Amino acid sequence: MSGYSRSEPLARTAPMEANVRKGVTPASQSHRLPGDGIIDRRLPLQFSFDGKTMTGFAGDTLASALVANGVKLVGRSFKYHRPRGIVTAGSEEPSALVEMRTGARREPNTRATTQELYDGLIANSQNRWPSLRRDFMSINQLFAPIFVAGFYYKTFMWPAKFWESIYEPMIRRAAGLGKSAELPDPDHYDKAWAHCDVLVVGAGPAGLSAALAAGRAGSRVILVEEDTLIGGRLLSDGGEIDGLDAREWLRGAARELVSLPNVRIMTRTALFGVYDGGTYAALERVSDNVAMPDRHQVRQRIWRIVAKRSVVTAGAIERPIVFPGNDRPGVMMASAVRTYVNRFAALPGKRVALFTNNDDGWRTVETIERAGAHIVAVIDPRHEVPAQYQRLVDTYDLRVLAGVVSEVKGGVDGVRSIVVANDKNGLTQRIDTDCLAVSGGWNPNVGLSCFHRGKPTWREDIAAFVPGSAPKGMATAGAANGELSLSACLREGHGAGARAAAECGAAGKPGEASKADDEVYAIAPLWHVKGKGKAFVDFQHDVTASDVTLAQREGFESVEHLKRYTTLGMATDQGKTSNINGLAIMAEATGRTIPETGTTIYRPPYAPVAIGAFAGHHRDENFHATRLTPSHHWAAKQGAVFVDTGLWKRAQWYPRAGEKDWLETVTREVLAVRNGVGFCDVSTLGKVDVRGADAGVFLDRVYINSFSNLAVGKARYGLMLREDGIVYDDGTTSRLAEDHYFLTTTTAKAGPVMQHLEFCRQVLFPELDVQLTSATDQWAQFSIAGPNTRNLLRALADPSEDLTNEGFPFMGAREVKLRGGVTARLFRISFSGEMAFEISVPARYGAAMAENLMIAGKPYGVTPYGTEALGVMRIEKGHVAGPELNGTTTADDLGLGKMMSKKKDFIGRVMAGREALTAPNRQVVVGIKPIDKARRLRSGAHVIPKGAIPGPQTDQGYVTSVCFSPMLDQWIGLGLVERGRERTGEIIRIHDPLRNEDYEAEICSPVFYDPEGVRQRG
Amino acid sequence: MRIACPFCGERENGEFTYLGDASPKRPNFAVDGGESPERVEDAFYDYVYLRDNVAGVMREYWYHGGGCRSWLVAERNTVTHEFISVTAAPGAGAASAVRAGE
Ligand SMILES: [Zn+2]
Repeated sequence: MSGYSRSEPLARTAPMEANVRKGVTPASQSHRLPGDGIIDRRLPLQFSFDGKTMTGFAGDTLASALVANGVKLVGRSFKYHRPRGIVTAGSEEPSALVEMRTGARREPNTRATTQELYDGLIANSQNRWPSLRRDFMSINQLFAPIFVAGFYYKTFMWPAKFWESIYEPMIRRAAGLGKSAELPDPDHYDKAWAHCDVLVVGAGPAGLSAALAAGRAGSRVILVEEDTLIGGRLLSDGGEIDGLDAREWLRGAARELVSLPNVRIMTRTALFGVYDGGTYAALERVSDNVAMPDRHQVRQRIWRIVAKRSVVTAGAIERPIVFPGNDRPGVMMASAVRTYVNRFAALPGKRVALFTNNDDGWRTVETIERAGAHIVAVIDPRHEVPAQYQRLVDTYDLRVLAGVVSEVKGGVDGVRSIVVANDKNGLTQRIDTDCLAVSGGWNPNVGLSCFHRGKPTWREDIAAFVPGSAPKGMATAGAANGELSLSACLREGHGAGARAAAECGAAGKPGEASKADDEVYAIAPLWHVKGKGKAFVDFQHDVTASDVTLAQREGFESVEHLKRYTTLGMATDQGKTSNINGLAIMAEATGRTIPETGTTIYRPPYAPVAIGAFAGHHRDENFHATRLTPSHHWAAKQGAVFVDTGLWKRAQWYPRAGEKDWLETVTREVLAVRNGVGFCDVSTLGKVDVRGADAGVFLDRVYINSFSNLAVGKARYGLMLREDGIVYDDGTTSRLAEDHYFLTTTTAKAGPVMQHLEFCRQVLFPELDVQLTSATDQWAQFSIAGPNTRNLLRALADPSEDLTNEGFPFMGAREVKLRGGVTARLFRISFSGEMAFEISVPARYGAAMAENLMIAGKPYGVTPYGTEALGVMRIEKGHVAGPELNGTTTADDLGLGKMMSKKKDFIGRVMAGREALTAPNRQVVVGIKPIDKARRLRSGAHVIPKGAIPGPQTDQGYVTSVCFSPMLDQWIGLGLVERGRERTGEIIRIHDPLRNEDYEAEICSPVFYDPEGVRQRG
Repeated sequence: MRIACPFCGERENGEFTYLGDASPKRPNFAVDGGESPERVEDAFYDYVYLRDNVAGVMREYWYHGGGCRSWLVAERNTVTHEFISVTAAPGAGAASAVRAGE
């Protein structure tokens, strides 16, 4: 459980000590530097990329290992299949997307820059065929005119069927997205909750300062960091803090945080969502750093973190400059170049050109020169060397060119030379280089602060958007807030952490903020260098600057339209490196300012999250809870076939050897009940204990009929309406004592009816003295039916119990003592129309009851029956059930209108009297029998008058429930038919266009069997 | 969203079911005498169907089905999703019944 471990964050910072432990670097790592780096050279790891075996070290990402191995080409682009390399060193990577792992664990579009290297890692490049170097689809580049913005809309409009059969498969093959696994995901995922006072998002200098301040003050702090290590840019750019080397300071900060018991550090955990009421969502990548999770270990875990306050110190993302050829492998963000060199000791190029419009980019000079490589040129459009870097020009004899990069030349292996154009005199100059480091400035990570529809505001001095407002309880600090210098990050982070802690009531002292020298950050915005060749804005979706201007010419000027028309920012990277450039180019094309142009709406997830992580354990048999009846295991032993009824599994029928199909089985079960005795587990019915002096009055208000006048020891069928007059539910309710009723509901409505009854009790009628207890799971209930029921029960019940017709009449209900001493509740009610009882025993006796029913009923050939036989018998008796209580029927529609009391108010009474609900032409429940006795009736078939043409005008209802009736020896059904009760005996037409059936049937009484009800009273 | 149930404390919204506007009062339908049938029908029509669609603070019914099974009346801002107050329905909890008129 890495998220819980207290010692682990330190362990994870441990590789920082590893730079002193020098091992032997295998020859394949041609671009591995001998010097510093936060990798463990004692732990070499082997991996494979496109089938080629390479090595790296513990602490590497896949991207840094590829850089160390001199690999530049890592994939082909989505639309044009252009060769692509590694652009960044972080989670914003738009380009180096690979297919990780194989078989069932294959995952496309994995960012090589965040994938930790492990021994045996297998990765493959995407979107190439037959091989990365020779890609036949790169011919797409020649067809570029059809692949411009809006091509989906323009080219493939008509005819529609061509879309499915031709266009889409063709585009899918040509415009790849990688291939996902086609097998079920073998991994486990988890969901967990965490609670804290202060949540700190991002463990760079600002986040560490915030966590230290809040932690020292005594708040419960959670610090989440998506990287494997804490430190943020300190790991790459170093610096001096409190007079210490940044890495030394970082070790101290880590030690102090780990020593605070109220601080929890969660690395490999990316915050991706901000929700109402201080709820945050984060994804912890628990075992993506190994080939396969350990047994019982999860792959990923979603954390829902509830925090009183949050401090977002998520840093900033360096943005590219849009110029022709800017997607060539070897063109890399300047900050990423520094990360690969300083953190991973991997050299992206030996002759590096630097193209920067801001001071920060200039840091790259020292990194490269100190690594033993060479800066061949610094291209800065500002025509002036920043004062603080003037010394570098002299130290390294730098060639500084005022101008812009207007062209990039090279092959699939990357950049070989660039063309620099002086924008003032128009002169151009070619420079040979194997790596072009680019910095267009920094975009603060405003996403999290904008998730509640917050609008970022534009800051001219840094040419970037900063948070305008933040969701309640959130503060932003450091680079995420537009404060890009190390000193400001330390100061702001500390302040925000201390404030958040104080707002949470922490009384301790936050200590002093750490200090660093102030740095100057100056920038002259440069968005787009015009020239020949494609200049990319969105690398992942292959959106170019000319796509943006085309969108503008075609009227898609709003940023939301721009996004959808060009698909800018709609790839898995969500435009982290491209959105601002895209809207800056749009602003330029429309003559508006960038803030006038505005940003699109920010929505979670901030980073891609696997569907499996959202599902967690809720998949396959755990997709929802499974409820088993008390006799389930007994029934399974009898060979029962089960059916899902909501969450329940119910025995549907009990097949016997030699029976050719379910119908034969069900028919046998029905005949066994009607001629002898059978039993069925009906424990799934909802059961509610209703107690209190006003229990009867309460039931009078929720049922259409009266219960206050029900005698103790009696049961009664009840019908409930919704307040709008439509039937809600039915069931029998028994009066066990003056102030105690036992109410049953249908299986499906058990939960909703309980909620409804509680609403009536707590909200509508709080003056009544009544209490409700759900007892569904407390009682095992069996229906015992058939002429031999009484004989069977006599063998079960204590001999003192009078079960005669006089001693226990129809609709009687009372407790009885069973042989052996268990007290049961016995109800003489019948759903089957036979002489029947329902017996309730505490649920723990359910299985024993089933066994005992078999023993006691043996002399009478007792037969367990399932829900299907139950259904057959209820249709034969014309009892309504789910298909008739369908949310559109009234009591009268069901033939139960006479039950509606006129002497009292009840839920639904007034609205049930509305004109439309009492109209004479309503569809009401009738019986339906096909004229041809061999004909199988099917539910859902339409009822139309004989001789009429089928259609909406002639439709008069439909068949709701059907069964094969063993008693009538033919298929019969119930239906809802217009004016049905007046039409008994009428021949109608059954029209079933879905199954292409059309035949005649007779409308009859819904009570097909024993219409006088003699059998159940016997 | 987090809802502070007066019985269970602050809980995640997945434990609750939303019913809607808590302002309509169920009309009293007197069996003997009282309102004329038309008036009663109009009153019930209002009660069952007519709701204000408030952009702002609104009183709502929430049911803590995943907890104490209490019906709650919450004041919530429908624009910000902020809960201003959460109180128990008059008959919620295991306390003795509220007598009419109390
Ligand atoms: Zn509660």
